[in-house]
Amino acid sequence: MKRLIFFISVLAISVSASAQGIFGGKVTGNFQMDVQASKEDTVIGAAKVNEKMLMNAFGNILYTNGDFSAGMRFEAYLNPILGFDPQYKGAGVPYRFASYKKDFLEVTLGNYYEQFGNGLIFRSYEERNLGLDNAMDGIRVVARPLEGITIKGIVGKQRKYWEKVWESDDFGLIRGADAEISLNSLIKGFNDSKARLSFGGSFISIYQKADPRFITAKDGSLYKMTLPENIGAGAARMLFSYEQWSLNAEYARKGQDPNAVNGYIFKPGDAIFVSAGYSAKGLGINLSAKRIDNMSFKSRRDETGNMLNVNYLPALTRQHAYSLFAMYPYSTQVNGEMGVQADVMYKFKKNSILGGKYGTELKLNYSRSMSIDKTPVVQIANGSFEGTDGYTSTYLSMGDELYFEEYNLEIGKKVTKELKLNLMYSYQTFNPIAFGHSGEEFVYANIFALDATKKLAKNSLRAELQLLLTEQNYGDWAKGSWVQGTLEYNIAGKWFIAATDQWNYGNKYEEKVHYYNFAAGYNQGTNRISISYGKQRNGIICIGGVCREVPASNGLFATITSSF
Amino acid sequence: MKKAILFIFAVVLSCGMIFAQEGKAKLPNVSIKTLDGKTIKASEFQNDGKPFAICFWATWCKPCIMELNAMSEYYEQWQKETGIKIYAVSIDDARTSSKVKTVVSGSDWGFEVMIDQNSELKRALGVNNPPHTFVVNGNGEIVWQHVGYAPGDENHLIEILTKVSKGEEVK
Repeated sequence: MKRLIFFISVLAISVSASAQGIFGGKVTGNFQMDVQASKEDTVIGAAKVNEKMLMNAFGNILYTNGDFSAGMRFEAYLNPILGFDPQYKGAGVPYRFASYKKDFLEVTLGNYYEQFGNGLIFRSYEERNLGLDNAMDGIRVVARPLEGITIKGIVGKQRKYWEKVWESDDFGLIRGADAEISLNSLIKGFNDSKARLSFGGSFISIYQKADPRFITAKDGSLYKMTLPENIGAGAARMLFSYEQWSLNAEYARKGQDPNAVNGYIFKPGDAIFVSAGYSAKGLGINLSAKRIDNMSFKSRRDETGNMLNVNYLPALTRQHAYSLFAMYPYSTQVNGEMGVQADVMYKFKKNSILGGKYGTELKLNYSRSMSIDKTPVVQIANGSFEGTDGYTSTYLSMGDELYFEEYNLEIGKKVTKELKLNLMYSYQTFNPIAFGHSGEEFVYANIFALDATKKLAKNSLRAELQLLLTEQNYGDWAKGSWVQGTLEYNIAGKWFIAATDQWNYGNKYEEKVHYYNFAAGYNQGTNRISISYGKQRNGIICIGGVCREVPASNGLFATITSSF
Repeated sequence: MKKAILFIFAVVLSCGMIFAQEGKAKLPNVSIKTLDGKTIKASEFQNDGKPFAICFWATWCKPCIMELNAMSEYYEQWQKETGIKIYAVSIDDARTSSKVKTVVSGSDWGFEVMIDQNSELKRALGVNNPPHTFVVNGNGEIVWQHVGYAPGDENHLIEILTKVSKGEEVK
């Protein structure tokens, strides 16, 4: 009923807010549907699907009329495809909003996505292909009182699957504000200055009712632990650039937040992110560093996993598109890590020795993530740090555990007008802690890829060969060496057919499984239909900076995407 | 029941809106950032009355990089011949957005590059996955869209842009 009232009010606002009335505006939107029919396969561990067929679908409809817009998204998971949390099962309209702009003010009612700075204390976002969505439901106000000044205020609760978050005190209420000042836009004389400087600051507070927790101490007595009901976090940032140089830095601090992820310790959290760059014609260099200490920030204190994240702590590693390079992807250790990353990109000019007739592109990437130094405090409870500060940490001293390291080289070369080659090599050191297995043996892997695209009149052919060499062969994640071949044929930019085989030829203890996959698709304008048949390896799929484990599946998969 | 009413209501409302619309959609009033941190609105994208293209891309999207590299080779020539312009809108998030500048200067692209860090413009334009290309005419109306990249698509894009600059209809 509440939603119905909401929609009627949206309609009413839209009629009154725009002089043209409801008619005359524009409607846009998009749609995606995934259908899966998976067969049981005990060799790869693909589970039996009782429903025979699974389906995910969503559609956005957006109405825009000048400075007014309103939209909604219908979602259906009947039932969710493999790899999606079963709690998504169902259908409905979890996202609807209305928004208008008037002079310096912009107001959004209903659902919205927002990010403060780099997201260290607040980011609300969605990645539909991974089933991640922490859309806010509430109110957002953005004010731009002067050119160069932006002030944002937000209040609301986050989405979690289909849970009725407003009906339970168990879901925290998020309040926050952010201000950003761009000196170049604010001060007239600096508009065209070579030096550009902007500052920002943000604050977030979460309120969640708390019942006391009781801890059994070592001597058997019961300790009562009073949990904070309001948790605050603040961040300050700056962005500076001068000619070819740029610097982006943000520091965030979070107050006492005992929660399920940090083991209910009271230590405040903090995070710093610094990135410096140099860019000239044909050359780009970027160095980034970060330190994270106890920065899991969720709007429900007992929550673990992927949902209800208030902030975003990205991994400082290269995001790979070749699947064997992404077999051991790193994910941020929110309870503490230090990381550095360096990127260099250089283009050898046309008609130079290394550039050849069409130029050559070189990309280098190095990344390394380590634990932070932690000295445990005295425990109250037996075997846990619950109720204490957990540990003390010397700020700039690194811990002694390596989490991830990668040396990566990529060369792109156009050989003739029709033929393009891409070569990539990586040496990765992977600590299974990123998969949630701490104290396990590391994986060391040499990974290669050769990718060739040949244009044939209106069509094109792409061939890809990848090789992952590793000695490690144990557990569920280290299964020896792999080789992968892919052939893809594109017809007139509209049709494509592709065949892939990923072969676990180096597996010493289990069957050397072939993960073959055949795909075909049609693409015209903004409509795209594709069908694939084959085996999907269980593992991590990374899209848009987020990695998620998907279970093995075996069978048919069809996707339709469309936008209008 | 409540959900059913809501759904029917929403469908009726949206159908009504679809049939009511005249002309073509324009770029929304959504703020995004330039590479040096300046905030600009997508509705302010312009090319002195000539058509332009908007290409959504990301540093981790291989077909996008292929597409932009292919267009970059002809970009100067296209600009001279037809006066068109290309906005390359990156949807890289905080994990990879610091690499956007590195990739752009390292690849020596001459496009207008923007960062849509929390995918606001992407959502407002109904983009599912990159690459997704829009062609906007001199009046700021979206006249053509395309999803995906296959080698040779860049030739099709310039054909479309040339037609639009002559005022011809495209589909």
